[in-house]
Amino acid sequence: MRNAAPTLMLVVLGLVALEAQRGGGAPQPARAPRAAAPIDLTGYWVSIVTQDWRWRMVTPRKGDYQGVQITPEAAKVADAWDPAKDEAAGEQCKSYGAPALMSVPGRLHITWQDDNTLKVDTDAGQQTRLLRFGNVQTADAPRSWQGVSQAQWLMPRPNVPLQLRPADRTADTPSAPPSGGSLQVVTKNIRAGYLRKNGVPYSENAVMTEHWDLYKRANGEEWLTITTQLEDPQYLRSARLTAPIFKKEPNGSKWDPTPCSSRW
Amino acid sequence: MGPNAVLFEMVSPMKLICIVVLLWMFAAAPASAQVDFTGTWQRVGQNDNGAAREPVDLLGMPLSADGRAKALSYDIAALSATERQCQMYPPFYALVGPFPLQFVMVPDPVTQKLLAWKILGWGDRDETMIWMDGRPHPSKNAPHSHGGFTTGTWEGDTLTAVTTHAKLGDIKRHRGFSSDRATLTYRFNRHGDVLTVTGILEDPVSLAEPYVLTENFRLTTNPNNFPLTACEPIEELPTLHENPALVPHYLPGKHPAMNEMTERYNIPLEAVVGGPETMYPEYRKKLKDKYVMPPPCKEGCGGPPAAAPAAGRGGGPAPQGGPQGGRGAAPPAPPAGRGSDPAPRK
Repeated sequence: MRNAAPTLMLVVLGLVALEAQRGGGAPQPARAPRAAAPIDLTGYWVSIVTQDWRWRMVTPRKGDYQGVQITPEAAKVADAWDPAKDEAAGEQCKSYGAPALMSVPGRLHITWQDDNTLKVDTDAGQQTRLLRFGNVQTADAPRSWQGVSQAQWLMPRPNVPLQLRPADRTADTPSAPPSGGSLQVVTKNIRAGYLRKNGVPYSENAVMTEHWDLYKRANGEEWLTITTQLEDPQYLRSARLTAPIFKKEPNGSKWDPTPCSSRW
Repeated sequence: MGPNAVLFEMVSPMKLICIVVLLWMFAAAPASAQVDFTGTWQRVGQNDNGAAREPVDLLGMPLSADGRAKALSYDIAALSATERQCQMYPPFYALVGPFPLQFVMVPDPVTQKLLAWKILGWGDRDETMIWMDGRPHPSKNAPHSHGGFTTGTWEGDTLTAVTTHAKLGDIKRHRGFSSDRATLTYRFNRHGDVLTVTGILEDPVSLAEPYVLTENFRLTTNPNNFPLTACEPIEELPTLHENPALVPHYLPGKHPAMNEMTERYNIPLEAVVGGPETMYPEYRKKLKDKYVMPPPCKEGCGGPPAAAPAAGRGGGPAPQGGPQGGRGAAPPAPPAGRGSDPAPRK
């Protein structure tokens, strides 16, 4: 019996070597976020307005805050909405801040500014969001409409609970390697603004967490869903959860930069 | 004799090798599934997927000419016709209906691996069985059911499911109808306790382009408001009982609620009746010169609970995840049945 020990050791060593060949061995040097991207978000995207059309495609009437779980304090702010006042103060971009921007009908142009920064330009309101990977200092950063965004790739997990492996009818065929992934973005340090054009507010202490999920279809279409959770105890009774939708476009031929507007 | 020696005495080397090999196989195999969806997911519903006050609200729906004609001929009284009283909603109702999603894992009886995910049904929506074992969809000539036939695959942490073979049914509650040739593709993305479902509905009959909606759900350990009752046929309109030949409908251009959105919100009728162009940003250019913001909202405005300063503006409390999805002024009770759609609807 004891003579089996060396054999066993050989088997275990062989398996370890095999596992290393499959990518499970020594950790590789960290790659820059751009090179490590599990999904390619770059390109032109158009927002598909199939939800909340009445509050997004036109400027809703004053005092209409349906679907937003606002606090009484927020209702006071919304009821005092005055676009002329915002214009006079040079704050026409109040409804184009990060918590609202992805729901504004328009197009996105996503590029890599550098190896650590995804740049998201919008034609509506001509805004730019910078999604920075790595350590981002937010404490001393000045507040802005787009705030400071910390980005992180979420990779598909390599290990799977046994039960969740599909019972495959085509036995012995190797499973597909992990694919896909998601982009998580946490945004802080924003200037107070409007969730909707009619003055439904968010405060400067709001914190937004997004998950950007890409779907490439066999027919060539690419869809982007951005699950967005906004926490703002001052103006929201509960976290606001939305998921705006975008469709990829082949080029920027429909890119139409328009400045911020307080009224339209 | 040390503990290792005892182990070798108890377990033969061959058995030990087998155990090690098995452990390695299961621990290091390429991922084919990542996420457990088991549990009850309460709808967040902070959008208007399932909420519409006006019977003719097709805003942002990419309806074809045929799909629009069907939508505008619809009279909700049709649901009282004997043959339609238990006409269920199609699978798309998972995104636009008021109830939670209850996910159950269905294991293979032999291997205990994942055979299917089941989304349990509601009183008016059939269950959805998402087969994960690679089985093909049936022939296009196979019978269609209320729940359709669904298969799923993993793409990293995302579950993609495709439903075919569903019967005709509402796209949104009483607003537009998908045909039995429709295909629904779901994407299930779980991020912590939030589940985002993206639905892509394609239908060569009713839609000119895919209709894409998202809905968010939160995992809950307190799943109430879950009326899993079977449909009970009830004669609600005596006129239909007395005259079974009557088919409730509206002739083209005669829908009595056709102009409600325009009268209430100043939204041009051409936008109210939908169409693919209405869901793209450039459509706003067509609206700009036609739209005038209506006077301030006085009722049905949402807002804080009634006890708060903004009380009296139609804004009752709307607990997040409630059956009406948290629209501010939603009535508290879930819809009791297909023929009892409350008016105004939320």
